[in-house]
Amino acid sequence: MSAIPHLQIKNLRARIEEKEIIKGLNLEIKGGEVHAIMGPNGTGKSTLASTLMGHPKYEVTEGSVTLNGEDVLEMAVDERARAGLFLAMQYPSEISGVTNSDFLRSAINARREEGNEISLMKFIREMDKKMSTLEMDESFAHRYLNEGFSGGEKKRNEILQMMMIEPSICILDEIDSGLDIDALKVVAKGVNEMRAAERGFLIITHYQRLLNYITPDFVHVMMQGRIVKSGGPELAARLEAEGYDWIKEELGIVDETVNANA
Amino acid sequence: MSVDLQLRFDREAITQYSKANQEPAWFLESRLAAFEACAKLELPKLEKTKIDNWNYEQFLPFVTQDKITNADALDEVVKAEIDVTAVKNLLVQKNATVIYHQAAEGNAQGVIFTDLATALREHGDLVQKYWMKAVAADEHKLASLHAALVNGGVFIYVPKNTEVELPLQAVYQIAGDDALLCPHILIVAEANSKVTYVDTYVSSEGKSMVANSIVEVFVGAGASVQLASVRSFSTEVHDYTFRRAIVDRDGKIEWILGEMNDGNTVANNTSVLKGTGSSVDTKTVSVGIGSQRQNLTSQVTHIGTHTESQMTSKAVMTDEATTILNGITKIEKGAEKANGEQGERILMLSEKARGDANPILLIDEDDVKAGHAASVGRISEESVYYLMSRGISRKEAERLIVLGFLDSIVSEIPIEEVKNRLRQALERKLA
Repeated sequence: MSAIPHLQIKNLRARIEEKEIIKGLNLEIKGGEVHAIMGPNGTGKSTLASTLMGHPKYEVTEGSVTLNGEDVLEMAVDERARAGLFLAMQYPSEISGVTNSDFLRSAINARREEGNEISLMKFIREMDKKMSTLEMDESFAHRYLNEGFSGGEKKRNEILQMMMIEPSICILDEIDSGLDIDALKVVAKGVNEMRAAERGFLIITHYQRLLNYITPDFVHVMMQGRIVKSGGPELAARLEAEGYDWIKEELGIVDETVNANA
Repeated sequence: MSVDLQLRFDREAITQYSKANQEPAWFLESRLAAFEACAKLELPKLEKTKIDNWNYEQFLPFVTQDKITNADALDEVVKAEIDVTAVKNLLVQKNATVIYHQAAEGNAQGVIFTDLATALREHGDLVQKYWMKAVAADEHKLASLHAALVNGGVFIYVPKNTEVELPLQAVYQIAGDDALLCPHILIVAEANSKVTYVDTYVSSEGKSMVANSIVEVFVGAGASVQLASVRSFSTEVHDYTFRRAIVDRDGKIEWILGEMNDGNTVANNTSVLKGTGSSVDTKTVSVGIGSQRQNLTSQVTHIGTHTESQMTSKAVMTDEATTILNGITKIEKGAEKANGEQGERILMLSEKARGDANPILLIDEDDVKAGHAASVGRISEESVYYLMSRGISRKEAERLIVLGFLDSIVSEIPIEEVKNRLRQALERKLA
């Protein structure tokens, strides 16, 4: 996976049941870039993340998403993952009876040919190394996947999976919510270690705090289900200082949520 | 009811088999008495399951086999389940003959681990003392058929203060059209003794076969018995099992049951906590596939004070299978400070499958604790999505979730070999 990945989202529209949430969104992410999407609650940020990954609740009604020219929307969830997409989820599921390490090994082997599975020793070495980066206790390897994990432990575990799987496009959905400052630093360290020319990031957050530790190349503001303003890191700083009202004023937006009639 | 069908055995056939095995006179008498009684007895009453149309008496009861002396000569179906050369205490029954038996030299003094026929010849009085004392021959038609036609099994006797270190193991194999497998497992653990017994049930080629097993366990004061059983019969076997343990003061029994048959199954597992401070732990795992019907009952009767029971059952249902999972905690008047906990959980993988979890508490004493939990659920789509989002295929994701659902029981199994055998059976059934 040394090629430079290229994710292209064009005029994306998506809905849940009868309600349209993503309303014509355009975004392009290339390897080496870190994009941050910010915005108040209810503007469609998490829906964008779930739609890109293929969550069954969301239906795409229009537009296209391609990864390196291939149609992502045609792919099943597992195919998207194997094509290089990764979503660190805001609320990951708890799976009883499946240990973290068994699960991760299945995920890694799903990307390999049969007969070419990762050796157990190599897997354990990698996992130990990455868990130590994330300051996770060794016992996490043998605990059931997310079961009984605290919010912060779940977030670290999402980053651990990302580090083990080494995807080409990493989407982080509110990875900072519920984290104290120490945990936030650890998670940021994990992400920063992975920044590379062959990997792009889409970081969804509504606090600027995370961006103090992960410096984005591009910052986008999402309102009413689409990107309404883009800029560099200075945009995030201004949002932190002044909030979102000035953007609403500038664009003549009264209700920024997806409920508003566009 | 198959009233118009002639039975394919009679007093004469029973007498012949008994004589060929040189059984003592009392035993032949008890067979014939049971045979007389069975025509009048009813089938057992089962919760939500009708078995009138199942096969329970159309078979050839005494299909005998040649004995073998070398474990290598055992059938592949047996060798696939168990490493016959590594196991030191092993008994193998095929149809109406115990074909292979080996007891470890290192077993403690006084320990008996032998086939039932030999036990009847050599320890007749001891066997008689316990024979059909936990399960009565006239409880129902299936018990009487068993008592009349028993065609093998094992007798285990552990003297007081004696520990049998290695597990005692048995494999019961049924093979060929119309065969009957009718083993009786009789375990007597005297005061403060300790023993583990592990068995496995398999079938070879053959049509319309029947297995009718009874397990009787007598746990002496302070004794500890561990019993693990994995049943893996084909769709061609209708399988009936009644297991019962009578537990004396401070005695302890642990059941580990893998109900992995592909065919119709009735299994009742009952522990009677008679003595003060006695306890039981029952773990059951089952997978329903095809169109099989299963009625699996776990039952505990608390009689002594300070008795404790724990019953956990988990079943996964696929295809058009039906499983009725009953948990019965009965606390008799006078069983003060008894504590009974039970839980049945069923995971449904198919719209057409049926799974019923029935927790039943029957409590006649005030000063007790009792609890139950039951659930029937489906695989969460959210969980499948989560695993798939890491590149795992839907099929593999579902497999992981299902094995995970059962793992809280499987991983608790204290005997590594049984754990692996059960996992192997699970992989087979969920493939």
